[in-house]
Amino acid sequence: MSMSLNRKIVAAAAGLMLAIAVPVAGVAADTLKMGVVGPHSGDLASYGLPSVNAAKILVEQINAAGGINGKQIELLIEDTVCDAKTATDVATKLVSDGAQFVLGGICSGSTKAALPIYLDAGILVMSPSATNPGLTQSGDYPNFFRTIAPDDAQAQLDVDFAIDKMGYKKIAVVHDKGDYGKGFAEFAKMFIEKNGNAEVVLFEGVTPGAVDYSAIVQKIKQSGAETVMFGGYHPEASKIVTMMKKKRLDASFISDDGVKDITFIKVAGEFAEGAYASGPMDTSSNPLSKAAVEAHKKEFGSDPGAFYENAYSAVLAMANAVKVAGSTDLEALKKALQTEKVDTPVGTISFDERGDAIGVGFSVYQVQNGTFVELK
Amino acid sequence: MDYFIELLFSGLTRGSIYALIALGYTMVYGIIGLINFAHGEIYMIGAFTAFIVATILSILGFPALAIIVLAGLAAVVWSASYGYTIEKIAYKPLRHAPRLSPLISAIGMSMFLQNYVLLAQTSDFLPFPQLISDFNFMEPVAHIVGSTDLVILVTTTVVMICLTILIKYTKIGKAMRATSQDRMMAMLVGINVNRIISVTFIIGSSLAAIGGMLIASHIGQINFYIGFIAGIKAFTAAVLGGIGSIPGAVLGSVVLGLTESFATGYVSSDYEDVFAFSLLVLILIFKPSGILGKADTQKV
Amino acid sequence: MITFQELKRSFFISLWFVFLTFPIMVIRVDSIEKTVQWRWMNMLYVAVGAFILSLIFRYMMRRKEGQSADDDEETSTSDQHLIHRWLTVPRYRNIIYGVMLTLALVLPLVFSTYQTSIMTTALLYVVLGLGLNIVVGLAGLLDLGYVAFYAVGAYTYALLYHFFGMSFWIVLPLGGMLAAVFGILLGIPVLRLRGDYLAIVTLGFGEIIRLILENWGEFSQGPSGVSNIPRPSFFGIDMSLDTALIYIYYLMIAFVIFTIFIVNRLQNSRLGRAWVALREDEIACQAMGIDKMKTKLAAFSLGAFWAGIAGVIFAAKTTFISPRSFTFIESAIILSIVVLGGMGSIIGVIIGAMVLILLPEYLRFLSEYRMLAFGAILVCMMVFRPQGIIASVRRTYTYNKKETADGEGA
Repeated sequence: MSMSLNRKIVAAAAGLMLAIAVPVAGVAADTLKMGVVGPHSGDLASYGLPSVNAAKILVEQINAAGGINGKQIELLIEDTVCDAKTATDVATKLVSDGAQFVLGGICSGSTKAALPIYLDAGILVMSPSATNPGLTQSGDYPNFFRTIAPDDAQAQLDVDFAIDKMGYKKIAVVHDKGDYGKGFAEFAKMFIEKNGNAEVVLFEGVTPGAVDYSAIVQKIKQSGAETVMFGGYHPEASKIVTMMKKKRLDASFISDDGVKDITFIKVAGEFAEGAYASGPMDTSSNPLSKAAVEAHKKEFGSDPGAFYENAYSAVLAMANAVKVAGSTDLEALKKALQTEKVDTPVGTISFDERGDAIGVGFSVYQVQNGTFVELK
Repeated sequence: MDYFIELLFSGLTRGSIYALIALGYTMVYGIIGLINFAHGEIYMIGAFTAFIVATILSILGFPALAIIVLAGLAAVVWSASYGYTIEKIAYKPLRHAPRLSPLISAIGMSMFLQNYVLLAQTSDFLPFPQLISDFNFMEPVAHIVGSTDLVILVTTTVVMICLTILIKYTKIGKAMRATSQDRMMAMLVGINVNRIISVTFIIGSSLAAIGGMLIASHIGQINFYIGFIAGIKAFTAAVLGGIGSIPGAVLGSVVLGLTESFATGYVSSDYEDVFAFSLLVLILIFKPSGILGKADTQKV
Repeated sequence: MITFQELKRSFFISLWFVFLTFPIMVIRVDSIEKTVQWRWMNMLYVAVGAFILSLIFRYMMRRKEGQSADDDEETSTSDQHLIHRWLTVPRYRNIIYGVMLTLALVLPLVFSTYQTSIMTTALLYVVLGLGLNIVVGLAGLLDLGYVAFYAVGAYTYALLYHFFGMSFWIVLPLGGMLAAVFGILLGIPVLRLRGDYLAIVTLGFGEIIRLILENWGEFSQGPSGVSNIPRPSFFGIDMSLDTALIYIYYLMIAFVIFTIFIVNRLQNSRLGRAWVALREDEIACQAMGIDKMKTKLAAFSLGAFWAGIAGVIFAAKTTFISPRSFTFIESAIILSIVVLGGMGSIIGVIIGAMVLILLPEYLRFLSEYRMLAFGAILVCMMVFRPQGIIASVRRTYTYNKKETADGEGA
């Protein structure tokens, strides 16, 4: 197999390089090194830092319980600012530092840029939040896994919900011009057109961080849409729902799991009432999910942020895979991930061969009395 | 027609929001010729201070009006202090430095303040309480212009008038104008230039604080990064109107707000910023010092 | 030494900072749960920190003032331009260049791939800095949208490869040229503008380019960016990742040397002197018969050309580009490189790029405090060294009594 031959060469090269460059690296061989990458500063920090917290909490627990197969886990936390250039530099740094598996890549874009470097070094990468379908479906990145559903699966679910269940005929699709939001919106538009029972009356992007969204809300009103399908994250979503209510626009609001976040309800408050968002199934009744949130409150004194549970699940899944495989060899880890089921806050999951999680059931939630209530 | 009026008011609201921040930019620029990139961060700190104070007061059970006044006051006091301190640390030592050095210092200060709030507070978005409750008399037109929008529009107008009076008719305003025209000459006629510059920073920062509180209550959320985007737009507005000119900053902001609103309404919000910046380029080509800026003739 | 007066002053400054940072540092509220957290320890840290820092700050200020007071003439040339003085002596110059080149060449053999990789990034910014230096440092045109040309170069390669399968070596000059064309396109309408008006228009131009790339999905693949861009080939040999990174590093070294050579020649050319003249006094410059229009356009297009080249290499190095890589912050960083290094000085720009790009990488041990420290360092560097690390030397012609014949001195 050319694959294994390649890896041998790489391993030999890496070994040689390590021998030359980092003669002390051998000392720390009895710990497992987990990289945690994502934006920890800059405008997207609020999506990256919760994963760091998840990793810190779990690693502390695992280490206190004796580690994995007797080995302690060491965290290598690196800031990528969601920038492709920094992400590739970070990837080479982690490879040099001897990371054996990596939690992260928060943004799809920078993750895509860094994955080939990890792949070359045979490092497993699991993202809590990179939802671009190409990451798994293209087959270019066999070392990539994720604990979140790809954009297209969610868009399909939301479109089915809006058209078949709610019977909406006119849908306004709005996105935040970002990688994630626009990807979701484009899939949503495609599925609506395919379905044929409803039409897209408006397809537009809003500028994230803008001080006022009343113009776009007026435009939605003008288009006569019965519902707004939004692709993006909760800060923009809460601004839009707030403005919709303030401008007395009666359309409903359907969104993705970037919005199915407790911060959305906190920020938008009463204006969030009645909004729909898709997200992983039965998280609130899942005891593991409760425990995860409790642990965060205890450790950091606040509610966890975006993708915290996905990150928590990813660490659990990787830790389990390392335990089962007994090594950090990529092939062994992949096999373990694909065969072993793990109980996590997002459900009991394993992974398909492309790297998407199986068992992360998705359903649509509605905000009722200040909490997300799952709609059966 | 209804749609047009709706968009008109959206644009006016947005314009007034920009104006509250743009005024500070334009004042500082007028006096020391510095693009104060940290101004957006002052605005953000004002919003955070207002948020913290308002939350504490509401826990203590203060009435709504008292909360608005006290939170606003705290925001103004602290933002002004930050503005004053930043000027002393990052810009004053650079008075005689090459032209671009204070600019870089300002960029560094902006990064520092962002990360300072990120670390000391949180990276998350925080729900900003709705300080201004809906007025009953506004209900019939609420779908066009909300109560907060109204407050913002009125505040901006009042602030602009007060500032114009301050600069035109008071002694300190006179000193400000003198300093901005010729700093050396102002010093020679006995104006304490350093003090005037400090006062300018204090006034500009106070305006940013009021803006921060109102805007945060309008959009309902704050985060350490809100200052940056709003700051760039407000600065664009200030230049559009003619930087250094108080009415210019307001006019530029309104023009920018209306452009964005109508671009969203009649074309596409995908390209609202492209329209905004294209307008800027167009206006500056035909009026190189902005709409109300003085054409500076060069004498040899 | 530290007097009582000093301590007293620092004490009041420390009190001021305690007041200043009180709401943000000490209080943390949760408006949903209605809880308030008081972190009094932070107040203590601020008080002690501000006290010590204010002592240091004032000490440094005094030193700086003392320096500038007594070194106006003689010492300034001997102190801050030490490197420049060395560089004017051919023997030293060759030694310095030799040492630098050797260091650069052996670097990938000694250090890890990571070090090589960030060094490549730093070199990329050297090229960008040198390019912007033409526009800002030499011609004195403040450009806040320089990143637009960088984006043009990067997208030229990404899209020409994507649609037509064109290779790196063909696109490299094309990317540069296309960026230069954009430079002229931007230059023509804004030539009338001065100073900061020019700055804001270029900022707008940079944003327009980025927004178009973001929104025009059919053309540029929108916000999700272009992935799987091939690395540069070397006579068709297939390379492993490590080798490829080292190869790009050496390519980068070659480009930097090439850029330095060209920029240096430009600086001392007729055109270069025209730029400096334009920067100093536009009207006098016109009166001397310099074509303002052509000179400015030349600055814009040549500056843009290097950004385009750097963009192509950037795309090839990261193999993935998206509009997020070309935000205003990027322009600000490049501008900081030029100003921090010392406007108009080639060696300054090189040092500036090394400092600003490598600093955040080596500050990684500070983890979450990294960018905080970076901002603070930027401010401090400007405050204590406003002319940049290496101030540029003016070519001076001294009248030497002994050789009145030709009047040309050093």
